[in-house]
Amino acid sequence: MGVARRRRLVVLVAALAALLALAGCGVTRGDDGGENRRLRMMIPNSPGGGYDQTGRAATRVMESADLTGRFEVSNVIGASGTVAMQRLVNERGAEDLLMTMGLGVVGATYTNGSDARVSGATPIAQLIEEQEGLLVPADSPFETVADLVEAWRADPGSIRVGGGSSPGGPDHLFPMQLAQTVGVDPTEVNYIVYDGGGPLTTALLGAKIDVGTSGLGEFEGQLADGSLRVLAVSGEERLDAVDAPTLVESGIDLVFTNWRGVLAPPGISDAVRDQHVALLEEMHGTDAWQEALETNGWVDAFRTGDDFAEFLREQDERVASTLDELGLL
Amino acid sequence: MDALLTGLGLALQPENLVYAVVGVLLGTAVGVLPGIGPAMTVALLLPVTYNVSPSAALIMFAGIYYGGMYGGSTTSILLNTPGESSSVITALEGNKMAKTGRAAQALATAAIGSFVAGTISTVLLVALAPTVAEWVVVLGAPSYFAMMLLALVAVTSVLGSSKLRGFIALALGLAIGLVGTTTGQARLTFGNPLLADGIDIVVVAVAIFAVGEALWVAAHLRRRPLEVIPVGRPWMDREDWGRSWKPWLRGTAYGFPFGALPAGGAEMPTFLSYITERRLAGKHRAEFGKGAIEGVAGPEAANNASAAGTLVPLLAIGLPTTATAAVILAAMQGYGLQPGPQLFEAEPELVWTLLASLFVANTLLLVINLPMAPLWAKLLRLPRPYLYAGILFFAVLGAYSVNFQWFDVALLGLFGVLGFAMRRFGLPVLPLIVGVILGPRLEEQLGQALQLSRGDVSALWSEPVAVIVYAVIVALLLGPLVLRLIPGRQGPERLEDEVESLEEEVRS
Repeated sequence: MGVARRRRLVVLVAALAALLALAGCGVTRGDDGGENRRLRMMIPNSPGGGYDQTGRAATRVMESADLTGRFEVSNVIGASGTVAMQRLVNERGAEDLLMTMGLGVVGATYTNGSDARVSGATPIAQLIEEQEGLLVPADSPFETVADLVEAWRADPGSIRVGGGSSPGGPDHLFPMQLAQTVGVDPTEVNYIVYDGGGPLTTALLGAKIDVGTSGLGEFEGQLADGSLRVLAVSGEERLDAVDAPTLVESGIDLVFTNWRGVLAPPGISDAVRDQHVALLEEMHGTDAWQEALETNGWVDAFRTGDDFAEFLREQDERVASTLDELGLL
Repeated sequence: MDALLTGLGLALQPENLVYAVVGVLLGTAVGVLPGIGPAMTVALLLPVTYNVSPSAALIMFAGIYYGGMYGGSTTSILLNTPGESSSVITALEGNKMAKTGRAAQALATAAIGSFVAGTISTVLLVALAPTVAEWVVVLGAPSYFAMMLLALVAVTSVLGSSKLRGFIALALGLAIGLVGTTTGQARLTFGNPLLADGIDIVVVAVAIFAVGEALWVAAHLRRRPLEVIPVGRPWMDREDWGRSWKPWLRGTAYGFPFGALPAGGAEMPTFLSYITERRLAGKHRAEFGKGAIEGVAGPEAANNASAAGTLVPLLAIGLPTTATAAVILAAMQGYGLQPGPQLFEAEPELVWTLLASLFVANTLLLVINLPMAPLWAKLLRLPRPYLYAGILFFAVLGAYSVNFQWFDVALLGLFGVLGFAMRRFGLPVLPLIVGVILGPRLEEQLGQALQLSRGDVSALWSEPVAVIVYAVIVALLLGPLVLRLIPGRQGPERLEDEVESLEEEVRS
């Protein structure tokens, strides 16, 4: 091999290395500096997903407000969060690890038959919540929740319910708990899984399903131009942006919210737990976090420590009983 | 038109141009790296959007998207290591071309084909976006099921000379596709949550193509004389152009509508394009499987066209049909922009700047990549031990970065051994890959269609598009039989088959 050729090879290898480095920029977060402790934040789904947006927004706020050192954010993908949950439990006693999670992870650990339950981890804080909505196409025969419930009771299987999450996820748990509340047998609910908000929107616009259950953030455009309507929202209070009553206002005794929060591994000392809680409390107090809530359309629902532990316990039980009734345990 | 020119003016402003270049380079880089796709890149860059203007961010994201579609082809052709699922088909002929010293031509036809397809599709996007989006939502699960069935039937035409081996490969692929969670039930996951989401196609393809081949080469390194990869010409000649332009156009015709369809995706059109080119190849048909330029030109045009098609429902009704589109939508919403019919009226400048930037991104990709093609091609002249070490490094990196799990690397090894065994026993690779891609999607659409109809099978032909597609399937199946009954046609076709199988025997 001649010198000239070898030189060209070197150039090629250098180009390859540059490409690698360039792509690397997208994946790792540089900068080893930071005078305080370094923490790890685990995200249980892929970049761009709900947990990812919340987790990364939170770490960004904490970093830029100098509340702590740099965060190392990693996405641990698999089985709707079950894989990440398993890893959290495995890292028993790790004092530098946090994980963003939510209602969907609680359900996934059950439907995937995993032993690593959220009850086995250390609760740190709940951050946000999101209401579910009952969505129908513009020309749906249903004008109110009462219309829907009436048809549902008459023939449960005839109402095709679509949601963006797999069984155990919020879009699945919501219609099942709604069915339980209005006296429809959940096992007869015809629930169709769509792969996220996009396909669900398609199904609704094409009137392939009768009603969709989902968080409303992804449907702003369709709600604004009137191609979709909301029969009711699932939270305690009405949403500012959506002109629809709550379920309770519609005479159905159900409050259901999807939420996201932060857990730490089991087996950490109380002192470390209090440190994590204090950190998130500080973060919650910043203007940057309030701004992040607003840009993302998240509802502030902050609780920490024992409050959150109690909430988590109650959610865990409720999910388990719903899935048990469906025969999914 | 005025609006487009204004947009072009804005897109060509130095600042926006810089973002376009950055986007295109980043996109090409992540396309080259197996496992890291444009969706993940755009998602990781979302925080950037807090600091730059909406048009700059969207221009960059569009560049990443187009660049990713293009970049995937480079490693497919050179290293037999597809970077994205949409460039898996490119590896089939592209890598064979590279081995016969035609890597530069393969890369060039991919680059120019991507440019042609991207440009035509962007024109279509500009012209059709406001109107076409209305009917994409009309298609439901029955139509998609029919289309995927068509694709599966079409596989039978590429089973190779031994139908039995072809079907074995297809069955293997479908079996791999069975792993995962269906309707909430785990299937063939052996209690392992890492298998609950199924096995990623990139892991399977990289293992079968690259690892399998590396093992094969290693096993024969000492026994066979060194095959030196011939030094080819650096550019496409007249014949290459003549054989490429039709596949480019046909690939575009497949890619754009599939991209615009909510459940279409980029893999189906590349695959259909490949089959079509193989059928229409005429006197070059014997080259398929040994490096036919049509088999690179068509699928590469198709995957770029589908990227543009994806933007139709996104811009027109705010409907993301791919993971990348979903993240771009999230970015737009972060700026308080709501895609949909009203966006064209409310933010005309932004929309037209974005559309114009697609032309810019396309041109940049061509300008950057075409001169690189002969350079990249030289990579293949590395001594084989180094070359395959590099390939294995890329393969492992790619498998790991799909989910950041060592488990996928173990799967890579496992399927690599399968790939080796397939070469040993002469099983064709394409049917397996198609099985892995189509199997789960076919099942999902069938399940959805039947669930929507509460188990009524007649729902499967309840949509007009589905009926048309079934008619095409019947025509495809019966057509050859009818043709054989016509005397005179029988002779040459048989002869061709004969030659093909003879050649196949000689090779193995």
